[in-house]
Amino acid sequence: MTFASHYTYWMTILLMVGGLYIVIARGNLIKKLIGLAIFQTSVYLLYIAPGKLIGGTAPIVSEAFKVYSNPLPHVLILTAIVVGVATLALGLAIAVRISEAYGSVEEDEILSVDRNEVDGA
Amino acid sequence: MMAALTVAIVVQRNLFSVVVLSGVYSFLMATVLVALDAVDVAMTEASVGAGMSTVLLLGALYLCGGEEAKPMQRRFLPLAVAIVIVAALVYGTFGLPAFSDSQAPFHTHVIPRYLIDGPKETGVPNVVTAVLASYRGFDTLGEVVVVFTAGIGVIALLRPRRKGGKEKRK
Amino acid sequence: MRTEIVLRVVGKLLIPFMLLFALYVQFHGDFGPGGGFQAGVITAAAVIFYALIFGLPAARRVVPDRVVETMVALGVAIYLGVGFAGLALGGNFLDYFVLDPNPVEGQHRGIFWIEIGVLVTVTGVMLKIFYMFAGRGRGDERDQ
Repeated sequence: MTFASHYTYWMTILLMVGGLYIVIARGNLIKKLIGLAIFQTSVYLLYIAPGKLIGGTAPIVSEAFKVYSNPLPHVLILTAIVVGVATLALGLAIAVRISEAYGSVEEDEILSVDRNEVDGA
Repeated sequence: MMAALTVAIVVQRNLFSVVVLSGVYSFLMATVLVALDAVDVAMTEASVGAGMSTVLLLGALYLCGGEEAKPMQRRFLPLAVAIVIVAALVYGTFGLPAFSDSQAPFHTHVIPRYLIDGPKETGVPNVVTAVLASYRGFDTLGEVVVVFTAGIGVIALLRPRRKGGKEKRK
Repeated sequence: MRTEIVLRVVGKLLIPFMLLFALYVQFHGDFGPGGGFQAGVITAAAVIFYALIFGLPAARRVVPDRVVETMVALGVAIYLGVGFAGLALGGNFLDYFVLDPNPVEGQHRGIFWIEIGVLVTVTGVMLKIFYMFAGRGRGDERDQ
């Protein structure tokens, strides 16, 4: 096991944890959604990188090539990308509604408004 | 370069620049995917991630406001959690097959059948389309239904209401 | 004012090519990268481009709300239609071999129609979401 043979996995882990850190550590709802998107793209890399064969080509069968990269993860990740944008759209719609109801998209301000309502109501 | 971009996204507080940076990130990811021979996925990631996501984020940003507040206390717990997760995952990758190992079980189980029989049975040279639309067509039906549900969800959430005749929020 | 004219001219030149490219990607999905999802997003991007340059009401006149909402449901209906056609002609659900006397030809037909279904739904949903986000003004619907 050398650095080059596992490099893609470690890059994936770095991007994954970067996205996760944004989700946990930042309070702005829209930034959290962007962090979630970064996390999702790192998972795409996790699936597709092991499928690549050095010297292979894209999995479109033709006479000129003999070795193809693995097409199965491409199929799964295609679905995952579209589902990811659907999730992002719904999350942003909820964020817009929260912003209109509470006046801000910062987590701390939303929680404090809720706590005041509970105490005062 | 993508790691540097991610750090920039974490640190930046002006949300408009964060959205632009995430568009750049999507394009970089699409380039990496082309280098990994995943041309279908790269096209989808470029159009969906860098195109549609950026449009939606800008729309939401216009409706919500463009600046992130400064965090009130310095919290070390998320950073500690992140470092622990990195350590655990790196330990896990030691058992994974090396890059471009053609004898890994990943490559030898069902893929030769798709690559050899796919064009013969379906008449479609692009194996990804053949698998997506024919061998695993039911999953694609599920995906179309997910997209449909997202559309309906956004319609339900952002439907314009008539003024008057709505209840006050308790 | 001068920059607006540049945008309008460039838009009028580019949008037909974008739509044509979307159709190319859709139908060439069998022989190269492409397929329904990419083509759907590119079509929606062309209409969004039009809306950004010429204004949302102009785009709503070209592609009205009723058309977009119908497209959202129509794609799923086409996909399910192909599935049930497989059932009606004697095979399994979503079986393409029975759609035509020559099984490979049946596969071609099945793949063609479901990619059309995917294109229609993805275009409709992406456009509808854009219309909803762009049509909601700030200061509208506050204080619900």
